[in-house]
Amino acid sequence: MNLDFGQILPSLPFILQGILVTLRFTILSALLGFTLGTLLSLLKISSIKPLRWFAEFYTSIFRGTPLILQLALVYFATPQIIGYKITPIEAGVFTFSLNSAAYSSETIRAGIMAVDKGQREASMSLGVAYRPMMLDIILPQAFKNILPALVNETIALLKDSALVSTIGVLDLMRRAQVVAGQTFLYFEPLLVVGVVYYVMVMGLTQAAQVLERRMRRSD
Amino acid sequence: MIRIEHLVKSFGPLEVLKDISTQVDTGEVVAIIGPSGSGKSTLLRCINLLEVPTAGHIFIDSIDITSPKCDILKVRQNVGMVFQHFNLFPHKTVLGNLTYAPMKVRGLSKADAGKIALDLLEKVGMSEKADQYPSRLSGGQKQRVAIARALAMEPDIMLFDEPTSALDPEMVKEVLDVMKGLADTGITMCIVTHEMGFAREVADRVLFLDGGYLVEDAPPDIFFSSPKSDRAQQFLEKVL
Repeated sequence: MNLDFGQILPSLPFILQGILVTLRFTILSALLGFTLGTLLSLLKISSIKPLRWFAEFYTSIFRGTPLILQLALVYFATPQIIGYKITPIEAGVFTFSLNSAAYSSETIRAGIMAVDKGQREASMSLGVAYRPMMLDIILPQAFKNILPALVNETIALLKDSALVSTIGVLDLMRRAQVVAGQTFLYFEPLLVVGVVYYVMVMGLTQAAQVLERRMRRSD
Repeated sequence: MIRIEHLVKSFGPLEVLKDISTQVDTGEVVAIIGPSGSGKSTLLRCINLLEVPTAGHIFIDSIDITSPKCDILKVRQNVGMVFQHFNLFPHKTVLGNLTYAPMKVRGLSKADAGKIALDLLEKVGMSEKADQYPSRLSGGQKQRVAIARALAMEPDIMLFDEPTSALDPEMVKEVLDVMKGLADTGITMCIVTHEMGFAREVADRVLFLDGGYLVEDAPPDIFFSSPKSDRAQQFLEKVL
């Protein structure tokens, strides 16, 4: 076994610039997915049946097909269908947000259901309308309960973001492949980005723990 | 004033309230008692539309709250409710619990809502806990805060749904004392309770429900000393 990290050293800055790409991509998709997922979860607990059906159908589509297929569809088929030349980043964020929304909507729905119904009744008895009740009373408690699950979702998103390398986004993964192609060394660049992903996930886990502790203040 | 006319409430095939008619005058304190499952809580919850009546009418100050045109949120602002399990907002401090609805619903400034809140906390003896979270309070303290929270909306009517049933025995008194003080202020109160001594002492009238029927409607001295119905007699023999 002859490893030669010296040879990829000049490419290291190029690889590490991918951190920003991957992070930005993940954060944007997570935020959009989370927002959309919250709206979907509200549809799922709605008393209006067609809204529930829509949300459930939506979720089944994104859970029932491979993410990489969804990504390819959005990226390659969009120009064909609506004539818009979608950029790889746009296609990636769009697909990942929609996909993440499907998964997180289930988690958020469960979180809302787990909030004691007395909270709802107390809000109602004070004359609080549906919107502020959800935003100020129910959702904050729901999110606190499901924070660990949402962190898992974000971690999954971060790692799955490597899939966008298949449509040409110069993220961490893609950069490792580019360097591999230039130097004919595979192990070294892939190992480097592997370590980088690992460190990022660990950082995210730590941050989540700090956040969770702060949110447990009221217990 | 609350006027209830031929109120019926069903959950699916189960009829929980059967043709209830009565009236609660302004400033009156009414105790609603009866065996479990008799529909006491359901009756109370119909008055602020936490349960939607199946048939009949409920008028609050001559407004028909069962009418589809009625603004339910507006009605509820004027009808405070205290729950068996307190239902304080766990993610808000005691003060936050009291100021939330006045700010959000009535549009009061933080300063004004805070002033009302601190005043009420003083009255229920909870001033020192204003900045605590509910999880740090005992059951009796939680219930006193919950009463203050409902009062912070400055309602004309207060509903109590078994306010002492979830409390340890030694905490019952502190809550009942607060309610007694409240009864003296002239606010209209409807209290579902198992505290017969309290009902006897504080209530102006007792409603006795059994199997969804309003069986007796009498002043406490008459109800407790000489109930008309067999059912009420049996009930009182068991609980007194």
